[in-house]
Amino acid sequence: MNHLPQAWGRPRDDVYGTYDRSYLQTSTPNSHTQSPAVTGTSVLAIKFNGGVAMAADKLASYGSLARFTDVKRIRVFDKTTVVGFGGDISDMQYIDRLLDSIDVEENYSSNGNTLNAKNVHTYLAKVLYKRRSKFDPLWNQILVAGFDDDSKPFLSSADLLGTTFSAPHLATGFGAHLAIPILRRLFPEEMPVENIGKEEAVAALRECMKVLFYRDARSLDQYSLAVVTSDGVELKEDEKLEAQSWNFAENIRGYGTQVN
Amino acid sequence: MTSLLQLQSPDFETIGYSFSEGSRPGNKEHGFYPYTDNGGSTLGISGSDFTILAGDTRSVSGYNINSRHSPKVFKIGGDDETGEGAHIILSVVGFAADGQALKESLDGIVNMYKYQHGKPMSVKACAQRLSTILYQKRFFPYYANAILGGLDENGKGALYSYDPVGSYERVQCKAAGSASSLIMPFLDNQVDYKNQYVPGSGEGHALERRKPEPLPRSTVEQLVRDAFTSAVERHIEVGDGLQMMIITASGIEEIYSPLKKD
Amino acid sequence: MPGFDFSNYNRNVALHAKGVPLPKATSTGTTIVGCIYDQGVVVRPDTRATSGPIVADKVILLRSQSKFNCEKLHYIAPQIWCAGAGTAADTEFTTALISSNMELHSLWLGRQPRVVTCMTMLKQYLFRHQGHIGAYLVVAGVDPTGIHLFTVHAHGSTDKLPYVTMGSGSLAAMSVFESTWKPHLNRKEAIELAAEAIKAGIFNDLGSGSNVDVCVIEKDKPTQLLRNYLKPNERGQKERTYRFPKGTTAFLKEKVITKEDIGKYVTVQELSSDEDVAVVEKMDIDT
Repeated sequence: MNHLPQAWGRPRDDVYGTYDRSYLQTSTPNSHTQSPAVTGTSVLAIKFNGGVAMAADKLASYGSLARFTDVKRIRVFDKTTVVGFGGDISDMQYIDRLLDSIDVEENYSSNGNTLNAKNVHTYLAKVLYKRRSKFDPLWNQILVAGFDDDSKPFLSSADLLGTTFSAPHLATGFGAHLAIPILRRLFPEEMPVENIGKEEAVAALRECMKVLFYRDARSLDQYSLAVVTSDGVELKEDEKLEAQSWNFAENIRGYGTQVN
Repeated sequence: MTSLLQLQSPDFETIGYSFSEGSRPGNKEHGFYPYTDNGGSTLGISGSDFTILAGDTRSVSGYNINSRHSPKVFKIGGDDETGEGAHIILSVVGFAADGQALKESLDGIVNMYKYQHGKPMSVKACAQRLSTILYQKRFFPYYANAILGGLDENGKGALYSYDPVGSYERVQCKAAGSASSLIMPFLDNQVDYKNQYVPGSGEGHALERRKPEPLPRSTVEQLVRDAFTSAVERHIEVGDGLQMMIITASGIEEIYSPLKKD
Repeated sequence: MPGFDFSNYNRNVALHAKGVPLPKATSTGTTIVGCIYDQGVVVRPDTRATSGPIVADKVILLRSQSKFNCEKLHYIAPQIWCAGAGTAADTEFTTALISSNMELHSLWLGRQPRVVTCMTMLKQYLFRHQGHIGAYLVVAGVDPTGIHLFTVHAHGSTDKLPYVTMGSGSLAAMSVFESTWKPHLNRKEAIELAAEAIKAGIFNDLGSGSNVDVCVIEKDKPTQLLRNYLKPNERGQKERTYRFPKGTTAFLKEKVITKEDIGKYVTVQELSSDEDVAVVEKMDIDT
């Protein structure tokens, strides 16, 4: 057998002629993701007294095609943190694997520390910033929810450019246009997080998911809902929108001069 | 330099009077653009024994507000995340992710200096180091306008202003960011007394210029607040909150005050 | 010649090809909304019983002033009004043209102008210009056929809904409608709902800001224009005064014109103090 590993597993030259190795060529430039393919839309999250709630619908779109309708875009990290993904689904799955591996690493290490939401957010922001600096971005906007070092509710965002920011309520994608105004109206920024109850927060998220389903063409009426408290993460992955109102549509006739 | 700029493309002249779609300038290429502008404005003024750095706390993308509380002024060389024990302040405005990266790398360097030399880094040295950090990324720059503040070796207020690729100078006052073109003329007039003359000191053009003198801290704080309340009226990316950091011999003080939210 | 003048078109294309940028038109970053309401079903024991349930017909048209308080609600007819977003000049001139045509049309017919007529004229005019006229409008009004509310896009498409929003703050405003609108609003509720929608635009959309104007159009009532219905954004007070002592500014030449000389051209009025300055036209200045 030829000793060159490159020749292993390939047909022998003396029997089949010279092997066409053009497809093995590595001289072509690496191609990076320049645009996302299968994508998820909004992720919404809000801080409340003693925790954070997060919601994301289960649709993965391929352009305007509703490609997959059962994609879970919220994942739990170490039973204390939730991460919600908007943007490219394949990049989401890659980041999911990264998180799995650091989770395993941390749990096998003997230093006894655990990573909280703030640590996870810092890690993800660095990964995203590093990748954008290599011109090979991970096409996502990510929300991280959980607790910080002082065990206070934590919610922060990181996107494909590595930009990070934090607020009492955050939303990615279309949610930034449609859900944020609702959440800011219900719970103004100057209102202390301690005045917001868990039930109120979850109800507000459900209301926002409904508005998004009304107006975001890339959304779905089925969604995941995660609630992080000091007791752990409660993740429901088959929620459905309730009490939608389409009744007004019956009285609408056409778009202009039509009357009947 | 100017001749280089004029050269542009060899067929520059022949492009004229071409009416076909193809030769229109600015054909769009859909690729990845690694920068964004997160808006906002910062401003710094130094006095005889203090330096003030201020910035609004709004973070913006497009016509959306990302966050109403996203500080732009940071403590450099602190012992922990809170910045306790710091003796230098830095403001960054522009692309927030680059600003954050710039701040973290400078903070790391200033701390390493302290560990290795057993004394805090001087503001002068830190200012030079920040310039080299910026220039190291000359061909993939940090899209951020930085202002560095502290007290110099004589205890006087020190303020350094930077461009994104590391050109810097020591200044008395500086505005940076989206509303800098609104704030800077105001500072020229109110801090350096530009275009102000001493009434009755001469005839017509022979008037004597009003001499700038170091301003007291209370006056400077008022000027900073007035600069921002005015910028908020006329720039959409400035608003929500005002963060001021004042560095004096007794330490760093941080003051937050509200701005209009529309 | 009526219409647009295209005589500079070829010159401008040539300049553009050489790299001269197009002059930028003012764009009205704005939130505009409209909301139909009725007073519910009122059955009244009166002579009109045969005509069935009587509906109090009212339309509310609300808009935020743009960031810098510049544009207005556009008049079409006494009972038909337009709120405009997009290119400021286009909304101004398009509504003025249609308003003029509407008046002539209604005089010719000897009938009250109708909202659908206005909407049709607007959409045909805008469609003819293929989106180059950047007017995005909310058309609302009352006419003998009832109450109407439309949106008209720059390319000529229209929409008819019980509540509509337009402009850069349209999504923020729509989020309020979609989460709180219910059928059969009364006048007060509708004004409040629409004001909330505008406020969402003001605070969440950077293109919108300042105050809220309201226009209420009701059947058989004069149209009400409530300027600055809400003022959630009062100007911040300055901490220092910026009055310069007399003689601060340098000058090249000095020429004194006596009161007698200037009196030949304008009316001179004697003032005793700073306080009783006669205000002819008021201008906002920093104090």
